[in-house]
Amino acid sequence: MTLQAFLFYLLATIAIGSALCMVTLRNMARSLFLFFVVLFAVAGLYIFALADFIAITQIMVYVGGVLVLLLFAFMLSNKTLLNELSAGTRHFVSLPAWQGLLISGTFLTLMIYAVTSLGRYEPSWIARAQEQATTIAVTDNTVEQLGIHLMTRFVLAFEVVSVMIMMALVGAAHLARKEPNR
Amino acid sequence: MITLTHFLAVSACLFAIGLFAVLVRRNAILVLVGIELMINAAILNLVAFGRYDAQFYGGQVFALFAIVLAAAAVAVALAIILNVYQQYNTIDPNEIQDLKE
Repeated sequence: MTLQAFLFYLLATIAIGSALCMVTLRNMARSLFLFFVVLFAVAGLYIFALADFIAITQIMVYVGGVLVLLLFAFMLSNKTLLNELSAGTRHFVSLPAWQGLLISGTFLTLMIYAVTSLGRYEPSWIARAQEQATTIAVTDNTVEQLGIHLMTRFVLAFEVVSVMIMMALVGAAHLARKEPNR
Repeated sequence: MITLTHFLAVSACLFAIGLFAVLVRRNAILVLVGIELMINAAILNLVAFGRYDAQFYGGQVFALFAIVLAAAAVAVALAIILNVYQQYNTIDPNEIQDLKE
């Protein structure tokens, strides 16, 4: 087994294992900190798909922004959360654990079946890219190419996303502000 | 070179775990974490397929957009959760039945 395959399997095991722990642990602070580990491992997997800039963005946006927000929300509503965790059998969509396990297990087998049959139904553009050797190479400068395409071919999507982010920021600030007369 | 099937299998596992979290976990923040896990699995798929597109880098550009949109969605969702928490003093979705007092 090459070093590359070994590292890939190591990262995949870390990601899936800590995601499983995160979902099953009862302590919510621990599962939030395990989410750190999952995000770092998935960022490592992105690097194996030759997307180094996406991996850095994942670490900066998810680990630096989203997780800190989630920890804030957890610590601002701490006491009620701990009570909620220790009392009652109610769930978000009213499913006990075995039913959730059944649904997600069925979904997993369906997707694994679809993935294993990919070899027979491989999209033609992938085969064409492999023939003409237009796949991304390890030596390519992906950041430069990403910047060029972001500002030329995908500039409309880029602008729409920036407007959408501004709307989300204004909306979040509006929702989170304190009502003066309540 | 790691084949495409390996990436797709890993992301299918992550997606199923996220689905389990959304279906089973009881408080709203962990449901949100489950949704984030599913989004991450989808981004892994985008990046894995994007490796075959050196001409336009479509997969990687849209992975960037997906990360950014997920961050915006988390900000709005957390604002809603905290607002609901202030109003009802709980974040159990079964307790929350009225949109307006």
